[in-house]
Amino acid sequence: MPDTTNSTVKDQEATTLDAVAAVTPAQRDAPRSLWNDAWHDLRRKPIFYVSSLLILFLIVISLWPSLMTSTSPYACDLSKSQLGPTGGHPFGFDTQGCDVYARTIYGARASVAVGIFTTLGATILGSVLGGLAGFYGGWWDAILSRISDIFFGIPILLGGVVFLSVIKGGSITTVVAFMVLLGWPQIARIARGAVITAKQQDYVQAARALGASSGRMLLRHIAPNALAPVIVVATIALGTYISLEATLSFLGVGLKPPTVSWGIDISQASTMIRNAPHMLLWPAGALSITVLAFIMLGDAVRDALDPKLR
Amino acid sequence: MGRYVIRRLLQMVPVFLGTTLLIFVMVYALGDPVAAMFGDRAPDPATAAMIRHQLYLDHPLWQQYLHYMGQILQGDFGTAFDGQPVTQLMSSAFPVTLRLTLVAFAIEGIFGIALGLLAGMRRGRFADTGVLGFTLLMISIPVFVTGYLLQYFVAVKWQLANPAVADGAPFGDLILPGIVLAGVSLAYVARLTRTSVAENSRADYIRTAVAKGMPRRRVVTTHLLRNSLIPVVTFLGTDIGNLMAGAVVTERIFNVKGVGFQLYQGILRQNPPTVVGFVTVLVLVFLAANLLVDLLYAVLDPRIRYA
Repeated sequence: MPDTTNSTVKDQEATTLDAVAAVTPAQRDAPRSLWNDAWHDLRRKPIFYVSSLLILFLIVISLWPSLMTSTSPYACDLSKSQLGPTGGHPFGFDTQGCDVYARTIYGARASVAVGIFTTLGATILGSVLGGLAGFYGGWWDAILSRISDIFFGIPILLGGVVFLSVIKGGSITTVVAFMVLLGWPQIARIARGAVITAKQQDYVQAARALGASSGRMLLRHIAPNALAPVIVVATIALGTYISLEATLSFLGVGLKPPTVSWGIDISQASTMIRNAPHMLLWPAGALSITVLAFIMLGDAVRDALDPKLR
Repeated sequence: MGRYVIRRLLQMVPVFLGTTLLIFVMVYALGDPVAAMFGDRAPDPATAAMIRHQLYLDHPLWQQYLHYMGQILQGDFGTAFDGQPVTQLMSSAFPVTLRLTLVAFAIEGIFGIALGLLAGMRRGRFADTGVLGFTLLMISIPVFVTGYLLQYFVAVKWQLANPAVADGAPFGDLILPGIVLAGVSLAYVARLTRTSVAENSRADYIRTAVAKGMPRRRVVTTHLLRNSLIPVVTFLGTDIGNLMAGAVVTERIFNVKGVGFQLYQGILRQNPPTVVGFVTVLVLVFLAANLLVDLLYAVLDPRIRYA
């Protein structure tokens, strides 16, 4: 037995050596960029695959919920109010007699949509405004910093409750618009810091000395190098945005029926928890797993992009 | 030091004005407080105009804001929906929320730092992985889910605590809501402490302290912890405001009659003085906490000097 293991190990060594030898010198010498490095690192992490698969699954069921259930989330039968699981209805029924399974599946759309669109909006707005402030400095930077100070002075949940209760929208667009409004300063601050750090690097000074225009320096030299911290913060923020949406909907100021949202369902189930805990547990579990998936992905991306933390 | 404090206080003024203006505009310009008083019925135009005049709502928005700030400086926050002065609501609500926040803050600080220290010193081992997994769960599960689950299992099923907080908010009743409120922040504190401890434990001064034969306990407390706590203190300070705001959810679950409860009532009944008043005070608390944190830096790290 020891012989065979030894030989396999040797064989493997031989193949790796062959593979290394097969790589042309040019390929081996090519410097790996931060992104290559991060991708290389991510591919070896099981947590990255688990969270990506979960997120892929969530995106698929939010695009085509009918793949997973043929029951409509609006097909409710009051005579079945709060009944437990039966054949064809594995999660039971809620107070209105709606199928909890169907509502849990359809609820993914609101959470995923709010999370992704808020992150996109806040990241684009925040990195453009923050990046320009970091690059140009001066009065624009001063104004932007004061504005973001003001937004930081209001805890986001508090601002959300006040603002959304006045707006009375209740649609996904309203909630996203508001969350972008309160979320961008966080990204802007990170982007500003990253751009200021990148601006002082020698290669940027060299580009300036060679006569590169501001636009070229920003796009070709600074942006690619300032992007990493922004992406890390944005990925982690995605999970917290989903959680925030559910909290606002739970408080009755976020999404409103007829939008199917886990936050609304949990809020309605919360008063009945002693009689029918299943009504609360399924949407709550789905919500927690969704947030978990995005935060795990954010953690993995951060570990990959920020070698200092290793 | 004194000059630094004055400069920071002056810097707080525009932030305070901007924040209150933002909230003021949100509540007064976007909503209609007079229509809200009448619910679904349409108000009599003459009555509505009279109320508008009484509430100073018939002036341009900027004048309303200045008038409001002037009133606040004289300690007048207006009247709530039930005719009580808002200041009276505040004097009953803030002590309760302060107690809840204190309980949560203590739980967050003690357990968060302890878990982070444990994980940071045993980097890569079982305790570290365990703490990381636990904090990941705490961050992922929304507060209202943990709140209802704990209330259901701990208070209702196993009867270890009261499911609701009694009047006067005794500290015994506040432990369960405190844990719920502290949950997410506790996880962040643990993670921050872990990273910071792991980074500092490789520092030269730690090696020196160990090499000169200092007892392990003293190395950890006076050298490692003191240096690792600086980012943690920043987080804890800014978190006080978040805890008080997060109380909106926790107080609703455990039926605590604090700031969150009153704020929520103000929003439900669309009573602008209550909402703007409470948010204004919360913003002040938030700004004061941030200032306190900046001053604490000097105590923790003598390298930081204030010019």
